[in-house]
Amino acid sequence: MSLGEFLQRATSPWMREGGPQDDIVLTSRVRIARNLEGVPFPQLETDSHANQVIERVATALNSPAMRKLGDFELVRCSNLTPLDRAVLVEKHLISRDLAEEARHGAVALRQDEVISIMVNEEDHLRIQCILPGMRVDEAWRLANTVDDALESELTWAFHERLGYLTACPTNVGTGIRASVMMHLPGLVISGQINRLLSAVSQVGLTVRGLYGEGSEAAGNLFQVSNQVTLGESEQEIIQNLTGVVLQLIDHERAARKALLQANREALEDRVCRSFGILAYARRMDSKETLQRLSDVRLGIDLGIIKGVSSRILQELLVMTQPAFLQKYFGQELSPEERDVRRAALIRERLRLDDMEVRG
Amino acid sequence: MLCQRCQQRPATVHFTQVIGGDKTEYHLCDQCAQEKGDLLSKAAQAFSFNSWNPFQFNQLLSGLLNMESSPGFSSPPLTQLRCDHCGLPYSQFTKTGRFGCPHCYDSFEARLEPMLRRIQSNTTHTGKVPLRAGGQVKVKKELQRLRRELQQAVSLEQFEHAARLRDEIRRLEQQLEE
Ligand SMILES: [Zn+2]
Ligand SMILES: [Zn+2]
Repeated sequence: MSLGEFLQRATSPWMREGGPQDDIVLTSRVRIARNLEGVPFPQLETDSHANQVIERVATALNSPAMRKLGDFELVRCSNLTPLDRAVLVEKHLISRDLAEEARHGAVALRQDEVISIMVNEEDHLRIQCILPGMRVDEAWRLANTVDDALESELTWAFHERLGYLTACPTNVGTGIRASVMMHLPGLVISGQINRLLSAVSQVGLTVRGLYGEGSEAAGNLFQVSNQVTLGESEQEIIQNLTGVVLQLIDHERAARKALLQANREALEDRVCRSFGILAYARRMDSKETLQRLSDVRLGIDLGIIKGVSSRILQELLVMTQPAFLQKYFGQELSPEERDVRRAALIRERLRLDDMEVRG
Repeated sequence: MLCQRCQQRPATVHFTQVIGGDKTEYHLCDQCAQEKGDLLSKAAQAFSFNSWNPFQFNQLLSGLLNMESSPGFSSPPLTQLRCDHCGLPYSQFTKTGRFGCPHCYDSFEARLEPMLRRIQSNTTHTGKVPLRAGGQVKVKKELQRLRRELQQAVSLEQFEHAARLRDEIRRLEQQLEE
Protein backbone atom coordinates (compact mmCIF):
# COMPACT_ATOMS: atom_id res chain seq x y z
CA MET A 1 0.00 0.00 0.00
CA SER A 2 1.40 3.42 -0.89
CA LEU A 3 1.76 6.27 1.52
CA GLY A 4 -0.79 8.15 -0.54
CA GLU A 5 -3.33 5.57 0.47
CA PHE A 6 -2.21 5.79 4.08
CA LEU A 7 -2.97 9.46 4.06
CA GLN A 8 -6.22 9.23 2.17
CA ARG A 9 -7.56 6.73 4.58
CA ALA A 10 -9.49 8.41 7.33
CA THR A 11 -8.53 6.21 10.22
CA SER A 12 -5.64 3.94 11.04
CA PRO A 13 -6.53 0.25 10.95
CA TRP A 14 -5.91 -0.05 14.70
CA MET A 15 -8.55 2.61 15.33
CA ARG A 16 -11.18 0.30 13.89
CA GLU A 17 -10.30 -2.42 16.35
CA GLY A 18 -11.35 -2.28 19.96
CA GLY A 19 -9.39 -3.00 23.10
CA PRO A 20 -9.83 -3.60 26.81
CA GLN A 21 -11.60 -0.72 28.61
CA ASP A 22 -11.94 1.15 25.35
CA ASP A 23 -15.04 2.95 26.57
CA ILE A 24 -12.62 5.05 28.64
CA VAL A 25 -9.11 4.44 27.33
CA LEU A 26 -8.92 5.42 23.68
CA THR A 27 -5.30 4.53 23.02
CA SER A 28 -2.15 3.29 24.69
CA ARG A 29 1.16 4.44 23.35
CA VAL A 30 4.81 3.77 24.08
CA ARG A 31 7.66 5.66 22.54
CA ILE A 32 11.33 4.86 23.10
CA ALA A 33 14.26 7.08 22.15
CA ARG A 34 17.43 5.54 20.77
CA ASN A 35 20.62 7.01 19.30
CA LEU A 36 23.42 5.55 17.24
CA GLU A 37 26.79 5.21 18.87
CA GLY A 38 29.49 7.54 17.57
CA VAL A 39 27.16 9.84 15.62
CA PRO A 40 26.35 13.37 16.82
CA PHE A 41 22.72 13.87 17.88
CA PRO A 42 20.43 15.32 15.16
CA GLN A 43 20.93 18.85 16.48
CA LEU A 44 24.62 18.78 15.46
CA GLU A 45 24.35 16.38 12.57
CA THR A 46 25.93 17.33 9.26
CA ASP A 47 24.00 16.46 6.08
CA SER A 48 26.20 13.45 5.60
CA HIS A 49 25.65 12.23 9.17
CA ALA A 50 21.91 12.60 8.77
CA ASN A 51 21.89 10.69 5.50
CA GLN A 52 24.05 8.03 7.05
CA VAL A 53 21.51 7.60 9.87
CA ILE A 54 18.64 7.25 7.39
CA GLU A 55 20.60 4.74 5.31
CA ARG A 56 21.50 2.68 8.34
CA VAL A 57 17.87 2.65 9.45
CA ALA A 58 16.85 1.57 5.94
CA THR A 59 19.33 -1.31 6.13
CA ALA A 60 18.09 -2.28 9.58
CA LEU A 61 14.48 -2.30 8.32
CA ASN A 62 15.56 -4.87 5.74
CA SER A 63 17.20 -7.14 8.28
CA PRO A 64 15.61 -10.57 8.83
CA ALA A 65 14.71 -9.61 12.41
CA MET A 66 12.77 -6.51 11.28
CA ARG A 67 11.19 -8.24 8.28
CA LYS A 68 9.68 -10.71 10.69
CA LEU A 69 7.83 -7.78 12.27
CA GLY A 70 6.17 -6.73 9.02
CA ASP A 71 6.51 -4.40 6.06
CA PHE A 72 7.77 -0.93 6.79
CA GLU A 73 7.80 1.98 4.41
CA LEU A 74 10.50 4.58 5.01
CA VAL A 75 9.79 8.10 3.74
CA ARG A 76 11.78 11.27 4.05
CA CYS A 77 9.73 14.21 5.28
CA SER A 78 11.14 16.37 2.50
CA ASN A 79 9.35 14.07 0.05
CA LEU A 80 6.00 14.79 1.68
CA THR A 81 3.93 17.94 1.27
CA PRO A 82 3.41 20.05 4.40
CA LEU A 83 -0.25 18.96 4.33
CA ASP A 84 0.66 15.26 4.26
CA ARG A 85 3.04 15.80 7.14
CA ALA A 86 0.31 17.57 9.10
CA VAL A 87 -2.05 14.64 8.49
CA LEU A 88 0.55 12.26 9.95
CA VAL A 89 0.76 14.52 13.01
CA GLU A 90 -3.03 14.49 13.38
CA LYS A 91 -2.98 10.70 13.23
CA HIS A 92 -0.37 10.73 16.05
CA LEU A 93 2.09 8.90 13.83
CA ILE A 94 4.78 11.58 13.87
CA SER A 95 5.47 14.56 16.12
CA ARG A 96 4.88 18.16 15.21
CA ASP A 97 8.62 18.69 15.59
CA LEU A 98 9.43 16.10 12.97
CA ALA A 99 6.81 17.53 10.61
CA GLU A 100 7.81 21.16 10.97
CA GLU A 101 11.38 21.41 12.24
CA ALA A 102 13.47 18.39 11.37
CA ARG A 103 15.84 19.18 8.50
CA HIS A 104 16.53 15.56 7.73
CA GLY A 105 13.51 13.88 9.22
CA ALA A 106 12.14 10.60 7.98
CA VAL A 107 9.52 8.17 9.19
CA ALA A 108 9.15 4.42 8.84
CA LEU A 109 5.56 3.21 9.10
CA ARG A 110 4.35 -0.32 9.36
CA GLN A 111 1.35 -0.99 7.14
CA ASP A 112 -1.10 -1.18 10.03
CA GLU A 113 0.28 2.07 11.51
CA VAL A 114 0.71 0.43 14.90
CA ILE A 115 4.47 0.91 14.68
CA SER A 116 6.11 4.10 13.50
CA ILE A 117 9.76 4.99 13.72
CA MET A 118 10.74 8.64 13.53
CA VAL A 119 14.26 9.24 12.26
CA ASN A 120 16.36 12.34 12.96
CA GLU A 121 13.84 14.02 15.19
CA GLU A 122 15.36 15.13 18.50
CA ASP A 123 16.99 11.70 18.71
CA HIS A 124 18.19 9.50 15.87
CA LEU A 125 15.29 7.13 16.37
CA ARG A 126 12.00 7.29 18.18
CA ILE A 127 10.20 3.97 18.10
CA GLN A 128 6.47 4.32 18.70
CA CYS A 129 3.80 1.69 19.20
CA ILE A 130 0.17 2.72 19.50
CA LEU A 131 -2.72 0.38 20.28
CA PRO A 132 -6.43 0.89 20.97
CA GLY A 133 -7.73 0.49 24.50
CA MET A 134 -5.80 -0.13 27.68
CA ARG A 135 -2.88 -2.06 26.24
CA VAL A 136 0.11 -0.09 27.44
CA ASP A 137 1.96 -3.22 28.56
CA GLU A 138 1.46 -4.79 25.15
CA ALA A 139 2.61 -1.57 23.48
CA TRP A 140 5.78 -1.66 25.57
CA ARG A 141 6.45 -5.30 24.73
CA LEU A 142 6.02 -4.55 21.05
CA ALA A 143 8.31 -1.50 21.19
CA ASN A 144 10.81 -3.64 23.07
CA THR A 145 10.71 -6.23 20.28
CA VAL A 146 11.23 -3.56 17.63
CA ASP A 147 14.18 -2.22 19.65
CA ASP A 148 15.76 -5.68 19.82
CA ALA A 149 15.19 -6.26 16.10
CA LEU A 150 16.75 -2.93 15.13
CA GLU A 151 19.66 -3.69 17.40
CA SER A 152 20.53 -6.69 15.24
CA GLU A 153 21.89 -4.08 12.80
CA LEU A 154 22.46 -0.93 14.86
CA THR A 155 24.62 -0.17 17.89
CA TRP A 156 22.95 2.12 20.39
CA ALA A 157 24.66 4.84 22.38
CA PHE A 158 24.56 3.35 25.86
CA HIS A 159 26.21 4.42 29.10
CA GLU A 160 26.87 1.91 31.83
CA ARG A 161 25.47 4.07 34.59
CA LEU A 162 23.07 6.38 32.75
CA GLY A 163 21.56 3.87 30.33
CA TYR A 164 20.42 4.81 26.83
CA LEU A 165 21.78 8.23 25.95
CA THR A 166 19.39 10.76 24.48
CA ALA A 167 19.77 14.27 23.13
CA CYS A 168 17.82 15.58 26.07
CA PRO A 169 18.57 14.51 29.65
CA THR A 170 14.83 14.29 30.43
CA ASN A 171 14.72 11.10 28.32
CA VAL A 172 18.00 9.50 29.38
CA GLY A 173 18.03 6.03 30.95
CA THR A 174 15.17 3.99 29.57
CA GLY A 175 14.27 6.57 26.92
CA ILE A 176 10.67 5.52 27.44
CA ARG A 177 7.56 7.65 27.36
CA ALA A 178 4.42 5.61 27.92
CA SER A 179 1.08 7.33 27.67
CA VAL A 180 -2.58 6.54 27.81
CA MET A 181 -5.29 8.69 26.26
CA MET A 182 -8.40 8.76 28.42
CA HIS A 183 -11.93 10.06 27.92
CA LEU A 184 -13.07 11.25 31.34
CA PRO A 185 -16.36 13.15 30.93
CA GLY A 186 -17.83 11.72 34.16
CA LEU A 187 -15.01 13.10 36.27
CA VAL A 188 -15.11 16.47 34.51
CA ILE A 189 -18.90 16.92 34.75
CA SER A 190 -18.93 15.89 38.40
CA GLY A 191 -16.07 18.26 39.18
CA GLN A 192 -13.73 15.62 40.54
CA ILE A 193 -11.13 15.85 37.83
CA ASN A 194 -8.81 18.46 39.32
CA ARG A 195 -8.47 16.67 42.60
CA LEU A 196 -7.64 13.40 40.86
CA LEU A 197 -5.21 14.92 38.43
CA SER A 198 -3.21 16.63 41.13
CA ALA A 199 -3.05 13.29 42.94
CA VAL A 200 -1.73 11.70 39.77
CA SER A 201 1.02 14.29 39.47
CA GLN A 202 2.25 13.25 42.91
CA VAL A 203 3.26 9.83 41.73
CA GLY A 204 5.64 10.79 38.96
CA LEU A 205 3.08 11.00 36.17
CA THR A 206 2.08 13.90 33.97
CA VAL A 207 -1.47 14.61 32.90
CA ARG A 208 -2.48 17.09 30.31
CA GLY A 209 -5.42 17.86 28.11
CA LEU A 210 -4.95 16.30 24.73
CA TYR A 211 -6.34 19.18 22.74
CA GLY A 212 -6.43 22.86 23.42
CA GLU A 213 -3.93 25.26 24.87
CA GLY A 214 -2.08 24.46 28.04
CA SER A 215 -3.93 22.10 30.29
CA GLU A 216 -7.43 22.92 29.09
CA ALA A 217 -8.88 19.61 28.09
CA ALA A 218 -11.21 20.09 25.16
CA GLY A 219 -13.37 17.02 24.64
CA ASN A 220 -12.58 15.75 28.15
CA LEU A 221 -9.58 13.93 26.73
CA PHE A 222 -6.53 13.54 28.91
CA GLN A 223 -3.14 12.07 28.31
CA VAL A 224 -1.47 10.42 31.27
CA SER A 225 2.23 9.63 30.89
CA ASN A 226 5.36 8.90 32.88
CA GLN A 227 7.64 11.78 33.73
CA VAL A 228 10.77 10.03 34.91
CA THR A 229 12.91 7.91 32.56
CA LEU A 230 15.98 7.25 34.71
CA GLY A 231 16.18 5.19 37.90
CA GLU A 232 13.07 3.11 37.29
CA SER A 233 12.94 0.09 35.01
CA GLU A 234 10.61 0.00 32.02
CA GLN A 235 8.43 -2.54 33.81
CA GLU A 236 8.19 -0.33 36.89
CA ILE A 237 7.27 2.65 34.75
CA ILE A 238 4.57 0.69 32.91
CA GLN A 239 3.24 -0.81 36.16
CA ASN A 240 3.05 2.56 37.87
CA LEU A 241 1.20 4.06 34.91
CA THR A 242 -1.13 1.05 34.63
CA GLY A 243 -1.97 1.14 38.32
CA VAL A 244 -2.93 4.80 38.19
CA VAL A 245 -4.89 4.47 34.96
CA LEU A 246 -6.93 1.56 36.33
CA GLN A 247 -7.83 3.68 39.37
CA LEU A 248 -8.85 6.56 37.13
CA ILE A 249 -11.02 4.15 35.13
CA ASP A 250 -12.79 3.02 38.33
CA HIS A 251 -13.38 6.61 39.40
CA GLU A 252 -14.72 7.49 35.96
CA ARG A 253 -17.14 4.55 35.97
CA ALA A 254 -18.34 5.44 39.45
CA ALA A 255 -18.79 9.08 38.44
CA ARG A 256 -20.87 8.11 35.40
CA LYS A 257 -23.09 5.88 37.49
CA ALA A 258 -23.56 8.57 40.13
CA LEU A 259 -24.44 11.16 37.48
CA LEU A 260 -27.10 8.90 36.01
CA GLN A 261 -28.60 8.22 39.42
CA ALA A 262 -28.52 11.81 40.59
CA ASN A 263 -29.96 13.46 37.53
CA ARG A 264 -30.74 11.30 34.56
CA GLU A 265 -32.79 13.97 32.76
CA ALA A 266 -29.98 16.51 32.91
CA LEU A 267 -27.48 14.05 31.55
CA GLU A 268 -29.83 12.81 28.82
CA ASP A 269 -30.62 16.37 27.84
CA ARG A 270 -26.96 17.28 27.59
CA VAL A 271 -26.12 14.22 25.52
CA CYS A 272 -29.12 14.45 23.18
CA ARG A 273 -28.73 18.20 22.71
CA SER A 274 -25.14 17.65 21.59
CA PHE A 275 -26.26 14.85 19.32
CA GLY A 276 -28.86 17.12 17.73
CA ILE A 277 -26.27 19.82 17.12
CA LEU A 278 -23.80 17.42 15.54
CA ALA A 279 -26.55 15.96 13.37
CA TYR A 280 -27.92 19.28 12.09
CA ALA A 281 -25.50 22.17 12.61
CA ARG A 282 -24.08 23.92 9.55
CA ARG A 283 -20.93 25.28 11.19
CA MET A 284 -18.75 23.60 13.76
CA ASP A 285 -15.46 24.88 15.13
CA SER A 286 -12.92 22.40 16.50
CA LYS A 287 -13.52 23.17 20.12
CA GLU A 288 -17.28 22.74 20.02
CA THR A 289 -16.85 19.62 17.90
CA LEU A 290 -14.69 18.05 20.60
CA GLN A 291 -17.15 18.91 23.35
CA ARG A 292 -20.20 17.63 21.44
CA LEU A 293 -18.42 14.47 20.37
CA SER A 294 -17.47 13.84 23.98
CA ASP A 295 -21.12 14.18 25.05
CA VAL A 296 -22.30 11.86 22.29
CA ARG A 297 -19.68 9.26 23.10
CA LEU A 298 -20.77 9.38 26.73
CA GLY A 299 -24.37 8.94 25.57
CA ILE A 300 -23.36 5.89 23.53
CA ASP A 301 -21.45 4.39 26.47
CA LEU A 302 -24.43 4.90 28.78
CA GLY A 303 -26.95 3.46 26.33
CA ILE A 304 -28.76 6.78 25.85
CA ILE A 305 -27.85 6.91 22.16
CA LYS A 306 -28.12 3.69 20.21
CA GLY A 307 -27.15 2.67 16.72
CA VAL A 308 -24.17 4.99 16.50
CA SER A 309 -20.75 3.38 16.46
CA SER A 310 -18.73 4.01 19.59
CA ARG A 311 -15.76 4.54 17.30
CA ILE A 312 -17.30 7.79 16.18
CA LEU A 313 -15.40 9.87 18.73
CA GLN A 314 -12.04 8.41 17.77
CA GLU A 315 -12.73 8.65 14.03
CA LEU A 316 -14.09 12.16 14.04
CA LEU A 317 -11.38 13.39 16.40
CA VAL A 318 -8.91 12.74 13.63
CA MET A 319 -11.08 13.48 10.61
CA THR A 320 -12.21 16.90 11.80
CA GLN A 321 -8.67 18.20 12.36
CA PRO A 322 -7.60 20.97 9.97
CA ALA A 323 -5.12 19.04 7.81
CA PHE A 324 -7.34 16.01 7.57
CA LEU A 325 -10.32 18.07 6.47
CA GLN A 326 -8.27 19.68 3.75
CA LYS A 327 -6.95 16.32 2.65
CA TYR A 328 -10.45 14.85 2.63
CA PHE A 329 -11.96 17.66 0.61
CA GLY A 330 -8.86 17.91 -1.57
CA GLN A 331 -8.36 21.64 -1.22
CA GLU A 332 -6.92 24.34 0.98
CA LEU A 333 -9.59 25.75 3.31
CA SER A 334 -9.73 28.92 5.40
CA PRO A 335 -10.75 28.48 9.05
CA GLU A 336 -14.32 29.65 8.21
CA GLU A 337 -14.57 27.23 5.30
CA ARG A 338 -13.24 24.50 7.54
CA ASP A 339 -16.05 25.06 10.04
CA VAL A 340 -18.63 24.60 7.29
CA ARG A 341 -16.93 21.51 5.88
CA ARG A 342 -16.41 20.07 9.33
CA ALA A 343 -20.14 20.30 10.04
CA ALA A 344 -20.87 18.65 6.70
CA LEU A 345 -18.42 15.85 7.34
CA ILE A 346 -19.89 15.13 10.76
CA ARG A 347 -23.44 15.01 9.36
CA GLU A 348 -22.23 12.68 6.63
CA ARG A 349 -20.52 10.39 9.14
CA LEU A 350 -23.60 10.25 11.39
CA ARG A 351 -25.76 9.27 8.43
CA LEU A 352 -23.54 6.20 7.93
CA ASP A 353 -24.90 4.74 11.12
CA ASP A 354 -28.53 3.89 11.65
CA MET A 355 -28.91 6.34 14.45
CA GLU A 356 -31.62 6.32 17.02
CA VAL A 357 -32.02 8.22 20.23
CA ARG A 358 -33.55 6.38 23.12
CA GLY A 359 -36.80 7.56 24.59
CA MET B 1 -11.00 24.28 43.03
CA LEU B 2 -10.13 27.96 42.71
CA CYS B 3 -6.81 29.23 41.47
CA GLN B 4 -4.38 29.72 44.37
CA ARG B 5 -3.10 32.97 42.98
CA CYS B 6 -6.15 34.97 41.88
CA GLN B 7 -8.82 33.07 43.85
CA GLN B 8 -11.23 33.89 41.02
CA ARG B 9 -10.95 31.49 38.14
CA PRO B 10 -11.02 27.70 38.39
CA ALA B 11 -7.62 26.08 38.74
CA THR B 12 -6.78 24.17 35.58
CA VAL B 13 -3.02 23.79 35.86
CA HIS B 14 -1.88 21.40 38.55
CA PHE B 15 1.63 20.44 39.31
CA THR B 16 3.88 19.34 42.05
CA GLN B 17 7.30 20.72 42.61
CA VAL B 18 9.72 18.36 44.27
CA ILE B 19 12.94 19.82 45.57
CA GLY B 20 15.12 17.69 47.79
CA GLY B 21 12.19 15.62 48.98
CA ASP B 22 9.95 18.60 49.71
CA LYS B 23 6.77 18.61 47.70
CA THR B 24 4.85 21.76 46.93
CA GLU B 25 1.52 21.65 45.16
CA TYR B 26 0.38 24.33 42.79
CA HIS B 27 -3.14 24.88 41.50
CA LEU B 28 -3.47 27.75 39.08
CA CYS B 29 -5.82 28.94 36.38
CA ASP B 30 -4.54 29.05 32.82
CA GLN B 31 -4.11 32.78 32.90
CA CYS B 32 -2.16 32.92 36.15
CA ALA B 33 -0.01 29.99 35.13
CA GLN B 34 0.79 31.90 31.98
CA GLU B 35 1.29 35.26 33.59
CA LYS B 36 3.40 33.84 36.30
CA GLY B 37 5.42 32.22 33.55
CA ASP B 38 6.24 29.70 36.15
CA LEU B 39 8.97 27.39 35.11
CA LEU B 40 7.41 24.34 36.58
CA SER B 41 3.91 24.83 35.25
CA LYS B 42 5.58 24.78 31.88
CA ALA B 43 7.49 21.72 32.89
CA ALA B 44 4.25 19.88 33.44
CA GLN B 45 3.28 20.56 29.85
CA ALA B 46 6.71 20.24 28.32
CA PHE B 47 7.32 16.81 29.78
CA SER B 48 4.32 15.46 27.99
CA PHE B 49 4.83 13.63 24.87
CA ASN B 50 2.81 14.48 21.84
CA SER B 51 2.79 18.23 21.53
CA TRP B 52 6.30 18.46 22.86
CA ASN B 53 7.02 22.13 22.82
CA PRO B 54 10.73 22.71 22.49
CA PHE B 55 10.42 26.34 23.44
CA GLN B 56 8.76 25.72 26.78
CA PHE B 57 10.99 22.83 27.34
CA ASN B 58 14.15 24.81 26.80
CA GLN B 59 12.91 27.44 29.18
CA LEU B 60 12.47 24.75 31.76
CA LEU B 61 15.89 23.30 31.26
CA SER B 62 17.75 26.55 31.11
CA GLY B 63 15.88 27.49 34.26
CA LEU B 64 17.17 24.40 35.98
CA LEU B 65 20.63 24.93 34.62
CA ASN B 66 20.79 28.54 35.63
CA MET B 67 19.81 27.51 39.12
CA GLU B 68 22.93 25.42 39.10
CA SER B 69 25.07 28.38 38.21
CA SER B 70 23.55 30.59 40.85
CA PRO B 71 25.86 32.19 43.44
CA GLY B 72 27.42 29.74 45.83
CA PHE B 73 27.95 27.14 43.15
CA SER B 74 31.69 27.04 42.58
CA SER B 75 32.97 25.59 39.32
CA PRO B 76 35.15 26.63 36.44
CA PRO B 77 33.64 29.43 34.35
CA LEU B 78 30.87 28.12 32.12
CA THR B 79 32.31 29.73 29.03
CA GLN B 80 35.31 27.43 29.02
CA LEU B 81 33.44 24.19 29.30
CA ARG B 82 33.04 22.25 26.05
CA CYS B 83 32.44 18.68 25.00
CA ASP B 84 35.86 17.42 23.92
CA HIS B 85 34.21 15.15 21.38
CA CYS B 86 31.65 17.22 19.48
CA GLY B 87 32.80 20.65 20.66
CA LEU B 88 29.39 21.70 21.99
CA PRO B 89 29.90 24.54 24.50
CA TYR B 90 28.13 23.98 27.80
CA SER B 91 26.63 27.44 27.44
CA GLN B 92 24.79 26.25 24.34
CA PHE B 93 23.40 23.28 26.18
CA THR B 94 21.97 25.62 28.79
CA LYS B 95 20.16 27.47 25.98
CA THR B 96 18.82 24.54 23.97
CA GLY B 97 18.58 21.86 26.65
CA ARG B 98 20.01 19.37 24.21
CA PHE B 99 23.35 17.68 24.03
CA GLY B 100 25.45 17.46 20.89
CA CYS B 101 26.60 13.86 21.08
CA PRO B 102 26.58 10.84 23.39
CA HIS B 103 29.97 11.90 24.83
CA CYS B 104 28.51 15.14 26.15
CA TYR B 105 27.20 13.09 29.09
CA ASP B 106 30.78 12.38 30.14
CA SER B 107 32.13 15.82 29.24
CA PHE B 108 29.53 17.59 31.40
CA GLU B 109 29.20 14.87 34.01
CA ALA B 110 29.86 17.05 37.07
CA ARG B 111 27.17 19.55 36.10
CA LEU B 112 24.76 16.91 34.97
CA GLU B 113 24.47 15.12 38.31
CA PRO B 114 22.57 17.79 40.26
CA MET B 115 20.28 18.39 37.31
CA LEU B 116 19.49 14.70 36.88
CA ARG B 117 18.71 14.50 40.56
CA ARG B 118 16.11 17.21 40.01
CA ILE B 119 14.45 15.95 36.86
CA GLN B 120 14.81 12.17 37.30
CA SER B 121 14.05 9.86 40.20
CA ASN B 122 17.59 8.58 40.44
CA THR B 123 20.90 8.90 38.61
CA THR B 124 21.49 5.23 37.86
CA HIS B 125 19.78 3.32 35.08
CA THR B 126 18.07 0.14 36.24
CA GLY B 127 16.16 -0.79 33.12
CA LYS B 128 16.86 -2.55 29.86
CA VAL B 129 20.42 -3.15 28.70
CA PRO B 130 21.18 -3.50 24.98
CA LEU B 131 21.75 -7.05 23.79
CA ARG B 132 24.87 -6.02 21.93
CA ALA B 133 26.85 -4.09 24.54
CA GLY B 134 24.83 -5.90 27.14
CA GLY B 135 26.91 -8.85 28.32
CA GLN B 136 29.59 -6.77 30.03
CA VAL B 137 27.15 -4.23 31.39
CA LYS B 138 24.97 -6.91 32.88
CA VAL B 139 27.94 -8.46 34.66
CA LYS B 140 29.02 -5.07 36.02
CA LYS B 141 25.52 -4.33 37.27
CA GLU B 142 25.39 -7.72 38.94
CA LEU B 143 28.77 -7.00 40.53
CA GLN B 144 27.51 -3.69 41.92
CA ARG B 145 24.53 -5.45 43.39
CA LEU B 146 26.62 -8.21 44.93
CA ARG B 147 29.06 -5.72 46.47
CA ARG B 148 26.18 -3.89 48.12
CA GLU B 149 24.81 -7.17 49.40
CA LEU B 150 28.27 -8.13 50.69
CA GLN B 151 28.57 -4.92 52.66
CA GLN B 152 25.20 -5.54 54.20
CA ALA B 153 26.02 -9.14 55.04
CA VAL B 154 29.26 -8.06 56.73
CA SER B 155 27.54 -5.37 58.74
CA LEU B 156 24.94 -7.90 59.88
CA GLU B 157 27.74 -10.35 60.72
CA GLN B 158 26.33 -12.96 58.34
CA PHE B 159 29.78 -14.27 57.54
CA GLU B 160 28.83 -17.49 55.77
CA HIS B 161 26.62 -15.58 53.37
CA ALA B 162 29.37 -12.97 52.94
CA ALA B 163 31.90 -15.63 52.01
CA ARG B 164 29.59 -17.02 49.35
CA LEU B 165 29.06 -13.51 47.97
CA ARG B 166 32.81 -12.86 47.90
CA ASP B 167 33.39 -16.02 45.84
CA GLU B 168 30.67 -15.03 43.42
CA ILE B 169 32.18 -11.55 43.11
CA ARG B 170 35.64 -13.01 42.38
CA ARG B 171 34.15 -15.28 39.73
CA LEU B 172 32.41 -12.40 37.97
CA GLU B 173 35.51 -10.20 38.19
CA GLN B 174 37.53 -12.91 36.47
CA GLN B 175 34.84 -13.25 33.83
CA LEU B 176 35.09 -9.52 33.12
CA GLU B 177 38.87 -9.66 32.73
CA GLU B 178 38.69 -12.46 30.16
ZN1 LIG C 1 -5.63 32.60 38.70
ZN1 LIG D 1 29.44 16.11 22.72
